[in-house]
Amino acid sequence: MATLNVLILVCLLYVVFLFAIAFAADRAARRGRGTWLRSPVIYTLSLSIYCTAWTFYGAVGSAARSGLEYLTIYLGPTLVMIGWWWTLRKMVRVGRSQRITSVADLISSRYGKSNLLAVFVTVLAVIGTTPYIALQLQSVTLSFATFAASDPTTTDLPNQQATALWVALGLAVFTILFGTRNLDANERHHGVVMAIALEAVVKLAALLAVGVFVVWGLGGGIGATLDRIDASPISTWEQSGSRWVGLTMLSAAAFLCLPRMFQVMVVENEDEGHLRTAAWAFPGYLMLMSLFVVPIAAVGLDVLPEGANPDLFVLTLPLQEGRDWLAILSFIGGFSSATSMVIVAAIALSTMVSNHVVMPVWLHMSGGTAVMSGDVRNVALLARRLSIGGIVLLGYLYFRLSGGGTALAAIGLVSFAGVAQFLPALMGGLFWRAANRTGALAGLGVGFLVWLYCLFLPSFGPSAILPQSVFDHGLFGQGWLRPQALFGAEGMDPLVHAVMWSMLLNTVVFVLVSLISFPRPVERLQGAQFVNVFEHSGTTPGWSGGLARSEDLMIMSQRIMGAREAQALFAAAARNQGLGGYLPEPTPDFLQELERALSGSVGAATAHAMISQIVGGATVSVEDLLAVADETAQIMEYSSRLEAKTQEQERTARQLREANRKLTQLSVQKDAFLSQISHELRTPMTSIRAFSEILRDSDGLDGAEKSKYAAIIHDEAIRLTRLLDDLLDLSVLENGQVVLNRQSGRLSDLLDRAVAAAGGSSGDFEIVRDRSAEDVMLMTDLDRLAQVFINLISNARKYCDAERPALSIRPKREGGDVVIDFVDNGSGIPTDQQSVIFEKFSRIGETKAGGAGLGLAICREIMARLGGTIAYLPGQSGAAFRVTLPDVAATPRSVPA
Amino acid sequence: MSREPGPVFLERRTYRRRRMADAARLLPVIGAVLFMLPLLWLDPSDGQPQTSTTAVMFFVFGAWIVLVAVAAAISRNLSDPQDPPSSGGR
Repeated sequence: MATLNVLILVCLLYVVFLFAIAFAADRAARRGRGTWLRSPVIYTLSLSIYCTAWTFYGAVGSAARSGLEYLTIYLGPTLVMIGWWWTLRKMVRVGRSQRITSVADLISSRYGKSNLLAVFVTVLAVIGTTPYIALQLQSVTLSFATFAASDPTTTDLPNQQATALWVALGLAVFTILFGTRNLDANERHHGVVMAIALEAVVKLAALLAVGVFVVWGLGGGIGATLDRIDASPISTWEQSGSRWVGLTMLSAAAFLCLPRMFQVMVVENEDEGHLRTAAWAFPGYLMLMSLFVVPIAAVGLDVLPEGANPDLFVLTLPLQEGRDWLAILSFIGGFSSATSMVIVAAIALSTMVSNHVVMPVWLHMSGGTAVMSGDVRNVALLARRLSIGGIVLLGYLYFRLSGGGTALAAIGLVSFAGVAQFLPALMGGLFWRAANRTGALAGLGVGFLVWLYCLFLPSFGPSAILPQSVFDHGLFGQGWLRPQALFGAEGMDPLVHAVMWSMLLNTVVFVLVSLISFPRPVERLQGAQFVNVFEHSGTTPGWSGGLARSEDLMIMSQRIMGAREAQALFAAAARNQGLGGYLPEPTPDFLQELERALSGSVGAATAHAMISQIVGGATVSVEDLLAVADETAQIMEYSSRLEAKTQEQERTARQLREANRKLTQLSVQKDAFLSQISHELRTPMTSIRAFSEILRDSDGLDGAEKSKYAAIIHDEAIRLTRLLDDLLDLSVLENGQVVLNRQSGRLSDLLDRAVAAAGGSSGDFEIVRDRSAEDVMLMTDLDRLAQVFINLISNARKYCDAERPALSIRPKREGGDVVIDFVDNGSGIPTDQQSVIFEKFSRIGETKAGGAGLGLAICREIMARLGGTIAYLPGQSGAAFRVTLPDVAATPRSVPA
Repeated sequence: MSREPGPVFLERRTYRRRRMADAARLLPVIGAVLFMLPLLWLDPSDGQPQTSTTAVMFFVFGAWIVLVAVAAAISRNLSDPQDPPSSGGR
């Protein structure tokens, strides 16, 4: 017969062994040995803290009461793990790249490093976890008491409270020893992880051993055991569908949100690749854990006396059959489950409490000078140790106050539902960029309240906290506010009811408030970093440390991270900047790196606050950055305006250059013209002088000769007069002194006149006309217009260089205007000359005709006076001029003749 | 926010890995359907022969083992979780 003493001895030895293993692992890790410590197997095993004493003992109890429902607690996490590609991968990546220390830190960091949110999550986590710790203590004491009761040598039962206290103390000591060895929560707790991995093996082995014993030792083989199950009260499949689905979803949500799961899954994660192994190995572990549960329950119900507590079948079955060593192994398994959960939960919660509650308060109390006041490192460590003690103590107190009754057993799922409230904020933060702080706070708040009112408070039973009247008639007598029939949802399972309403309202409020509120800039930056973590595992901007003093930063960092680590960090940063020594320039990059390093120790919000204290006045808030960005935008706008102005100036300069070129060209032409005009003037003058001298000096000229010479003089004089007339005409037109003589006439008549005056159409110069189009009545100065036409026709006659020169006159109506094109079949006017032909004195090259170059200038002036235009029409078969007369000048004939 | 379009044709190995990632995404959905399947066997009307616990047990554990095996096969072929800059499947 096993005595209680043997059990106590084995138990103590086991604890000593755990301490030794943890110590050895820590030592090996510190010396850089033991790469197997970082293997995916250890990681997978450490996840097994999900299987607490509640599941170790409780699963069989649950199976004995309600069949296969216990499976849901394992199926949810199984689905989450094999779906690691969706969420866990991202969560681990975010956790590593942002050096997240806890689930509260993740949520706070995502929503703009909000400490309010962190405190809220921390409080919720403590409320949700404390009963769970109490549950573990209860299971240990209960199993211990069971052992004691079966031992005939003991006469008096050990005091349950005392057992619980001893267990709690031992756990607190272990956790403080190995859980707060290094301050950086982001550094792995190798000792702790190693110990819980070992405990994972022990509890699985214990449960499998009991299962094998039950099936083959008691049940008589697989077939016989199955028959027993079929004969047991749980033989038929009578599952409530809503509970099956609801509990699976709840356990999946809790698996993601439980602080202790986050601790082992994300914070203690050594390598993202480990997830790949855990993705299938951990579901396998869960499967093995639950494999023998139903057989144990069925055989227990069959073998053990009526009224035996099914929650303890795992222990009482071997005891009943006298298998003491198996019973001790089973006890150790349960003990392992309980202790590993408490240890990790205490580490996770203490990190949250010290980082988000104690440190900010302490920083505030100490006047906000992290540099001058004592050793921050010690304060942080002390805060964490006290938090661990406090949390374990809180669990113990809860256990004492609740009396350790069956009410406690129900708290497992209640606790799950409580932490599951983090899920919307957590998932929204990872996958939805628009999720913001206000939404997260509102959603969490609503979810928490509903959980409190519908599940947590009622879980103490009617009249315990909530009076019976509230259960029956709702809060303030409002029927739709009954805690277990909210909004009239009657007849639902209370747990499913509470989970549904709390999660639903939580999510809806979170989404709606996020939609209507506006996130702060930091939130938006963090949101982008979290949601798109795979695109850029980058960092958050924030610091500009122009005035930050590196030495102060160093002093502070040494106090938080420890002297060696801080010096190494600073020296490395200095080296990167190309500086010697230990003091790098406080560049934004460095400050960011430092903040990240510090946040590994004290959490993102606190690290941010600490650096901002030192960087002080030089802190550039995001608002400042936005102001800078605004200024930059203004400068950019200004410079773009300048650029536009520059472009305009360039345009003007181009126009000026163009004008200048034209002027130069004109000047050259003018010179040429002056020499031409003097030539033109001198030729007639010379002949006039010569012939007049002949007439004066020569006697004996006969009459015919005299009249011939006189005729020459006369002709030359006329030529001179005409030249001078032209010049005069132009000057009159230019000065606007011309008086128009408006008459009405037909275009065809006018053209007839012009053609006749310009020499008419003949064999060597053909004029093509379109008589039908010419049938337009004009109301203008016909003589002036004829002058233009004559000029154009005679120009064509003079300059057209085709073999068979021809001019085509094409009148047409365009819009309201009368347009008359004069197109010849010559080679036209070179492009570079087109712009100057209408200038005075401009002549094209040294052509045979040698006119004065005033004709087109006069035409342009005339057309301007008549309200029309004349322009060169490029791109025709030869030289082409277009005369445009405005509408008012033309009166079309209604009926063509 | 338009993401740059990637190449249309991928190297065979990369293509394989992308499809494995798709499979990894699909697996939990299949798992959920499998685990919820026994609910269809619940018979609310009395007097009918009911499904036995052992049958459901065999089914659930069988599905569980298959899921673990498939998950192991998939994660073996998903070489590096750090690799894809594009988390969106193509």
